[in-house]
Amino acid sequence: MATERTIGRFAHRPQVAFFDFACCEGCQLSVLQLEENLLEILEHVDVVTWREAMSEESSEYDIAFCEGSITREEDIERIKRIREKAEVLVTLGSCASGGCHNELKNQWSMEEMTGLVYGDHADEIDTIPSRPISAVVDVDYQTFGCPVSLPEFVTVVKRILTGQSYDPPNQPVCVECKHNDYLCVFEKGTVCLGPVTRCGCGAICTAYGDPCRGCRGLMDSANLGALLKAWTREQAHAILGKVVERYGFTEEEILARVRVYNNWPELELPDLSPEEAGPDGD
Amino acid sequence: MATDATIHVHHLTRVEGHGDIVAEIADGQLKEARFDIVEAPRFFEGFLRGLPPSEVTHIASRICGICAVSHKCAALKATEAALGVEISPQTNLLRRLAFHGEVLSSHLLHIYFLAAPDFLGLPSVMPLVDSDPALVRRAMRLKQIGYDLAAMVAGRHTHPVAMTIGGFSYLHDPGDFQPMRERLVAIREDLDASIELFATIDIPDLERPTEYVSLKNPDRYAFYEGDVFSSDGHRIPARRYREAIRERVVAGSTAKHARWNRPEYLVGALARFNNNYDQLHDAAKSAAERLSLHPPVHNPFMMTVAQLVECVHCVEDAIELIDEITDAGIDPAQQQSPCEPGEGWGVGAVEAPRGILFHEYEYNADGKCVAANHVIPTAQNLANLEADMRLFVPTIADQSTDRIQHLLEMLVRAYDPCISCSVH
Repeated sequence: MATERTIGRFAHRPQVAFFDFACCEGCQLSVLQLEENLLEILEHVDVVTWREAMSEESSEYDIAFCEGSITREEDIERIKRIREKAEVLVTLGSCASGGCHNELKNQWSMEEMTGLVYGDHADEIDTIPSRPISAVVDVDYQTFGCPVSLPEFVTVVKRILTGQSYDPPNQPVCVECKHNDYLCVFEKGTVCLGPVTRCGCGAICTAYGDPCRGCRGLMDSANLGALLKAWTREQAHAILGKVVERYGFTEEEILARVRVYNNWPELELPDLSPEEAGPDGD
Repeated sequence: MATDATIHVHHLTRVEGHGDIVAEIADGQLKEARFDIVEAPRFFEGFLRGLPPSEVTHIASRICGICAVSHKCAALKATEAALGVEISPQTNLLRRLAFHGEVLSSHLLHIYFLAAPDFLGLPSVMPLVDSDPALVRRAMRLKQIGYDLAAMVAGRHTHPVAMTIGGFSYLHDPGDFQPMRERLVAIREDLDASIELFATIDIPDLERPTEYVSLKNPDRYAFYEGDVFSSDGHRIPARRYREAIRERVVAGSTAKHARWNRPEYLVGALARFNNNYDQLHDAAKSAAERLSLHPPVHNPFMMTVAQLVECVHCVEDAIELIDEITDAGIDPAQQQSPCEPGEGWGVGAVEAPRGILFHEYEYNADGKCVAANHVIPTAQNLANLEADMRLFVPTIADQSTDRIQHLLEMLVRAYDPCISCSVH
């Protein structure tokens, strides 16, 4: 164990807690895969609460890593209590930071959801439209991905300990994909959300021939309207001529994919009426 | 029996997800013994509706971060059955190889990080980081090889990226498999050390024969494919699972309970061990011998030990699968079978690390999912766990309340519950 020392913002060895809300807990598990990096991190902090891995528990902590979405009234109260206690609150992965597929259920009434799954016992089930933690309390650091990008997690840990802020990257996955010289997934005739999705994943999906489905969320500057105009059959020829036309996707195909990870807040669709498009279709 | 004892463990630690142990002894009589599932439901069966097969199978792995490959493959198999897609022998081999990685990572996470602290008298592995770093590093190596093996095939373990309807979106190079083969050979030493460790620990006594349910395959110890088999003497094709397994909603629990021939049944490593022992690799049988595990085993605490035996099987079978794939070479023509979206209904059943798992989907003529059903191993085990608790509590009731609570926590952990998965 490292000797007691202070670094960055903390006047003492920081106490760390992990908390989970509605999710698959894959982000916590991914953190456990850090191996040597994890042991190094443990030289600088004390993990005092991590229910999934430890029976030790403390009500005092400086840094709270929170994964999952808020889907019950009691979750709102719980995350507010965590927010009050933690000097630094970090959201872990897309369920907590951006939305993720939990928000797909918001397309229906909660009564329909509980009735479908729990039948006669539906009334006993507490559920509210799903939302990310970042929609309920102030968050100091956000990490993205489904599951969380581990390099980003390590970067955020370093920034926290050294008292620096972290701005998530705001370039498209295409940047990392092209940098690695991966085959453009569009060439396989598949809708890829790389052009509008926040990078930082190393383009792992396109590396394996899978399309990007936008799990790290839309870039702040993502232009959904341009995406739809550029990719739909109706607009394609006006933009990139034959190259895009041959992809020939429908608006519905593209939006079905966008919605999977980006339905919080409820996806607002850009107006694609013909008069909106300029003469060049931009 | 103690005259009075009330136990309420809120949000049990060192398990995946949120569950509460409730037990009460009053006037010397057992009043209550339950494991309440208080996890928030996410409603996968609701929100998958309306999505095309590509998105359904993508999202389905997100039911669980620990058994993502199992959920992915169950969803792929159900969708392929619905759409009439036949996968190639090469895809079958590769998926089976990915399963071994998942079983290793999941079992070893449970064996070392969740269960072992109880046997070592510790609240977690954290104290061992200082006191026995060699053991912690061994545990991490063992767990990591499972993740890396699954990632070698599926791109990533949590969540797979290369597995797709009909096969793989990525063409593997068997040359890349050789470094993993070397690691698997080397990891035998760590498994041996684990067996030595677990051969010396005291396992609580609890004998309760029950119905053991798993897949059964004529050719091999089943993880990826087989019929649904009950130790009570029934065997049906997976697509007819609803004729056998009946789920019901239980008050106070967001996970359903299930029954087949008896009011409760057991799935998972011990059910597989009891049902399919003969098909274990010889090295795994030797490990079972060293761990004094002889089928049929009726002590649920032995689930952790049966998991360790399965780890030996998975390492040995993974080495053989890599050799088989290397000898045959990777055939680009077998990478991905064609798939036309359309109408159909299908069931996919696999052995997830915690037991038999069913996914069922119906797609309409527009190729959209109109119905989804998931039957999760941990949910299937809940009734059996509570039956064990009811038998167990009176046998330990002469002990202190703290000790009763600790033993009940150990019993629940032995089941390795995957709670967020069970609620989904």
